[in-house]
Amino acid sequence: MGEKILFALISLFLTINYGFLMNGVIRKIYARVGRRHGIPFYQMYIDLIKTLALRTNIRHGTMFYLGPVFRFAGGVGLFLFTPVVFGSAMFGNLSFSGDVLLLLSFQFFGTLGMALGAGESGHPNAAIGVTRGLAQMTAVEVPFVLALMGVAIQYDSLSLHDIVAAQQGGIMHWTLFTNPFIVAAGMLALLGSFMRPPFDVVLAGQEIPIGPPTEYHSNYMALMLSNRAIFPMAKAILFMNLFFGGANTYWEMMIKTFAVVMWSVFVGVSFPRFRVEQSIRWFLRVPLILGILGIVYVQFFMS
Amino acid sequence: MLENIISELEKQFQLEAVDHNSSDLVFLTIDRDHAVMAIDLLKWKFGYKHFVLLTAVDFLEEGKFQLTYILNNPDTKTDIGVRVRIDREDANMVSAHHLWPTVATYQRELKEMFGIDFPGSPRLNDPFILEGWEGTPPYRRDFDTKAFAASFYHQREGRTTNDPATYMKEKLYPNE
Amino acid sequence: MSLEDLNKKQIVSPDGEHFEVDPMNDYFCQDRPEEVKPVNKIVERFYNWARSESLWILGFGTGCGAIEMRPLMTPRFDAYRFGVQWRPTPRQANLLIVSGYLSTKTLKRVIRVYEQMQNPKFVMGLGSCTINGGMYFDSYNTIKRLDYYLPVDVYVAGCMPRPEALLAGFEELKKLIKAGKAEGANEYANKFDWYKKNQKEVIRDWDMPDYNW
Repeated sequence: MGEKILFALISLFLTINYGFLMNGVIRKIYARVGRRHGIPFYQMYIDLIKTLALRTNIRHGTMFYLGPVFRFAGGVGLFLFTPVVFGSAMFGNLSFSGDVLLLLSFQFFGTLGMALGAGESGHPNAAIGVTRGLAQMTAVEVPFVLALMGVAIQYDSLSLHDIVAAQQGGIMHWTLFTNPFIVAAGMLALLGSFMRPPFDVVLAGQEIPIGPPTEYHSNYMALMLSNRAIFPMAKAILFMNLFFGGANTYWEMMIKTFAVVMWSVFVGVSFPRFRVEQSIRWFLRVPLILGILGIVYVQFFMS
Repeated sequence: MLENIISELEKQFQLEAVDHNSSDLVFLTIDRDHAVMAIDLLKWKFGYKHFVLLTAVDFLEEGKFQLTYILNNPDTKTDIGVRVRIDREDANMVSAHHLWPTVATYQRELKEMFGIDFPGSPRLNDPFILEGWEGTPPYRRDFDTKAFAASFYHQREGRTTNDPATYMKEKLYPNE
Repeated sequence: MSLEDLNKKQIVSPDGEHFEVDPMNDYFCQDRPEEVKPVNKIVERFYNWARSESLWILGFGTGCGAIEMRPLMTPRFDAYRFGVQWRPTPRQANLLIVSGYLSTKTLKRVIRVYEQMQNPKFVMGLGSCTINGGMYFDSYNTIKRLDYYLPVDVYVAGCMPRPEALLAGFEELKKLIKAGKAEGANEYANKFDWYKKNQKEVIRDWDMPDYNW
């Protein structure tokens, strides 16, 4: 057991760094699309040190403390219960049967924590941002849960390990090819949960109210920056496991998650920003229909 | 076009002066008590629906303020300016905020910057740009802005000012 | 906000509960700022390097100079190369650029914003208006020298300075931070009374707490 915890910490450390570098590279890609040079790819580390190096900070109450902690716990929890590399003792993490349901709740955990924390900060922009963020998250969750349920029904299991195991044996066994509808629904939902354009109106830096993090600085901000590195990676690993056959080596994981993240980046650089009500309407239209189609396909054509 | 309107107005009001600036812009000077009535008529009868601006000019030597209301008719694309000359010492004017809500904002500004009173105008005494201003309103010409700035603000020493014409002449053509 | 809003008042909650609110103590924290000495020299040098390489500008334009900050984000000048980024909230920013002339009305907001930023914070005065009033030297409503009201680290001269001058200003500020000379926040805390006296001389309707955390 102790060995397992040590391995989990190692893979957490590796993935946080991978996430930081990935975020830097993404910023670089955004800059390149805008024909700029952009920040150095290691800028995220400097920002992290700088936010930690603030000499004073302000607190607004207990929940203000706990908001970023909850968010970070949500990211780490999502990561810890997802097998990073299939069948590896080192990167298998703490996956257990039924973890799909746990992951679902971890997804929302961080956002709810932030809602409480941002609410206590007392800033109106934070409250507005959190309401908008929760509204959008709820809409994103609908196609995502449909996709997740489709996968669970298809492989008759709620364990990520079993789901990955069922997809082994060649590229044609991936969910991507056995059931393209739910993969489409899931990948469209992924766009919403990655907080990139067109669905990033909640905390885009260019919007004057940047939403939930308005009052956060110093150590709180550092926690949120770390979460911003780990949460998308955990999400990408989860999607890789659900739809793209998992990974047999750490390198395979990196390539596959890079592709998953790039999908959202390419969409992000090509499209302008939706308002919240537009994105909610959008999520409840195409991805929802695709998700239902996927479940129907699983139920009636695959058994 | 504009001539018809002017002759119509002349039947009801005493126009002190009519200045044609161009074929689509004319300035009428009307006395203080009847100006807002004339604007009312121009808005509802002659279609000058769009209120462009309200501004004031300080004629210190004559002891007068001149208010100018500029109205626009979007259908005929013509403008009419209504000028009113009011007394500078007891500066007050009939409010026109009932015609366009925006007029109230212009009147707030004039109250703050020139000290012209518009009895009945909403939020007239709220600070507009200057917060907590005391003394002479700054746009009045007897307000010495340079002396005020020199005494009120912390100045940085060593600032010199040159007359541009003589300075450039010395710089560029020192031998002439 | 006006002065009356800062007095104690009775408030009825939606549930019909009566309670007293004292805005000065309940909404604000008026404690004076305190000087925070760096703990360890070597760590501080490392931190200063990080601070200088990651300047987060507050997106707050006070005058016409704000126009010159926009091209810095574009491909032509691209200040992001130097670790300069824009943040929309004073809590996260550490560089306040006072861009151009500063009317007394805006000065009040600038003071509030500056005091909400957290300790290692830097101020850059942009344009001659912040240095000696510039072309507004005789204006009744703009301040003439910024360093009487806020501790300024770097001035960028010009009317208006071009974006290149701003980039040079960033480089200069980086050198100052790395040398440990950009201690504006501590200076503000040490000379707090002097700064407050100057600010209150100019701002005639002081309707906020003395220090806005």
